[in-house]
Amino acid sequence: MLKINNLHVKLEDEDKQILKGVSLEVAPGQVHAIMGPNGSGKSTLSYVLSGRDGYEVTDGSATLDGQDLLEMEPEARAAAGLFLAFQYPVEIPGVGNMTFLRTAVNAQRKARGEDELSAGEFLKLVRERAKSLKIDAEMLKRPVNVGFSGGEKKRNEILQMAMLEPKMCILDETDSGLDVDAMKLVAEGVNALRSEGRSFLVITHYQRLLDHIKPDVVHIMADGRVIRTGGPELALEVENYGYGDLLTEQAQ
Amino acid sequence: MSLLEAKRAAAASYLAVGPALPDTATQTRKNAEGRLRDAGLPGRRDEYWKYTDPARLVAPAPIDAPAVAAGDAFFDGIDRVRMIYRDGVFDGAASDVAQVAGCTITPLNDALESAAWTRDLYGVLEQRGQNPVSRALATLNTMMATQGVAIHATGSADKPVHMVYDYKSNDSDAILHHIVKVESGASLTILESGASGARANHVLEVDIADGGSFHHIRLQGPEHARSTVTHVFARLGAESTFKSFTMTANGVMTRNEVVIELNGDNGIAHVAGAALGAGDFHHDDTIFITHAGQHCESRQVFKKVLRDGATGVFQGKILVKNGAQKTDGYQISQSLLLDEDARFLAKPELEIYADDVACSHGSTTGAIDEEALFYLRSRGVPVDQARDLMVLAFLAEAVAEIEDETIADSVQEQASRWLVAGRAEK
Repeated sequence: MLKINNLHVKLEDEDKQILKGVSLEVAPGQVHAIMGPNGSGKSTLSYVLSGRDGYEVTDGSATLDGQDLLEMEPEARAAAGLFLAFQYPVEIPGVGNMTFLRTAVNAQRKARGEDELSAGEFLKLVRERAKSLKIDAEMLKRPVNVGFSGGEKKRNEILQMAMLEPKMCILDETDSGLDVDAMKLVAEGVNALRSEGRSFLVITHYQRLLDHIKPDVVHIMADGRVIRTGGPELALEVENYGYGDLLTEQAQ
Repeated sequence: MSLLEAKRAAAASYLAVGPALPDTATQTRKNAEGRLRDAGLPGRRDEYWKYTDPARLVAPAPIDAPAVAAGDAFFDGIDRVRMIYRDGVFDGAASDVAQVAGCTITPLNDALESAAWTRDLYGVLEQRGQNPVSRALATLNTMMATQGVAIHATGSADKPVHMVYDYKSNDSDAILHHIVKVESGASLTILESGASGARANHVLEVDIADGGSFHHIRLQGPEHARSTVTHVFARLGAESTFKSFTMTANGVMTRNEVVIELNGDNGIAHVAGAALGAGDFHHDDTIFITHAGQHCESRQVFKKVLRDGATGVFQGKILVKNGAQKTDGYQISQSLLLDEDARFLAKPELEIYADDVACSHGSTTGAIDEEALFYLRSRGVPVDQARDLMVLAFLAEAVAEIEDETIADSVQEQASRWLVAGRAEK
């Protein structure tokens, strides 16, 4: 599904290398977690994959089902099936949440050569999916993320994911700023979307999200590289002992 | 030569070689001619024309402006009565025959001869609007206009009256003057669309009696080479409502002036505008709202989207007279600059002589929010469409000033079409 090979990335405006050779591969249906201390490059990885400006890839590659992601515009990556749940979802005053969702769904369908959804079909679908995430009609009517609480913003991200039905979902610290109940709700939303053909890359600081979204593989990132890859037990190790030991090990 | 001498010379030149005065030179028109000779026509040295050069508007003849093949069906789908003006001349055969319940619609010249009320309105609000600054292009209009409509609303008009403009002649010089009297408790909506000439000078005078309400929604465009000057003069009685919205696409010269007098207590006056332009687009909104009654509310909401060297101008003033207590005045002018070549010039003014009022004003200039643009694109929305969504979002506060939702939707759709057309020209 997602194949990242020896990815090197620097900031466009300054001579600062952020990713120094990241390699990992997510197979269809798998959930991978990336953990790591602040500044290890986790969020940069998610931004580079989704096509945000401001980064320069100096070496390496990233492909989604063999398609070169790095050559594509952000909207083309989305249409190809990539989705990034933002750590800080953006507020867009003046753009209704519903309009936004419908525009996005239909733009992707159009890009893939599928028929656009009618207003009725769309409404039915969005109501059904919003309900399970406890997103009410009022939230759908408001401008995108404007006046939403932290939890509402994250639920709104998962609703977008549910509507767009991507095959590769990247969750960038989706647990940040959430209380336990909100995190459970978001995790349930994600788990409901797990399927054979859909993969997840879950970026998080903490083990607790992984109690709810069980990963198949856990990667530890530090200083722009993946320094350890293992099973779910690796996350528990981090939870119990911190990153200290792993980092020392790496240094030796 | 002093400024006034120069202005008078410009007026004399226009009167000498410009279009001939109408045959039926009524006393009002003769009076206007005298006022025009006295005040003169504006020039670049006028403080009131600091940001906009009136040369094209005061010249004896217009500069050629090719007409665009009619493509836009403005306000399509809204139940309305259409009055068609081509090259600034009423085309009765092409217009809708139906009358509108609750009001009487008469061609201007007929009404000036037959209806007594018109004599207390035609050129009257225009003349009142000459103080403290001269608006000589409106005086010129009062002097010259033979085309236009007189509407007398005595009840609730059951559908909007739609003035549809277009032009076929590249050098047409359209002078239109509409007068509207809204009686106590009556209501009326007027729609305007298109461009009436290569050069257009429009005046709309609206007199709203106590408890009356008047709505005005105007779409200007999309011919780019045209030059346009408009004046709306409104006088409001107590408990009355006036709302005017204008959306403009393209145009090398547009000056829209609105002059409002809130004379009774509890009046409401909202004026809003949205403008889209590129290149040598020049768009000027000049607003003057006078609060003379108590407990009145006024709002000015103006948005401009500019790119590739386009210029936007906003001059907005709120004058609160002595005794106009509990005035609630609001003014916002904002521009969205799509690149670094565009510019926005704003001059907000408050002049307050009452001591118990709330007036707020603000002006901002900004670029597209790149974070939001990336967010939309990351969800699969193509960059052009994402940018359009952001532009429409920027305009939303102005469009929201339109009270009727069906008309607001129609304007919103027109904005989308104009954005797409603007991209195609790029």
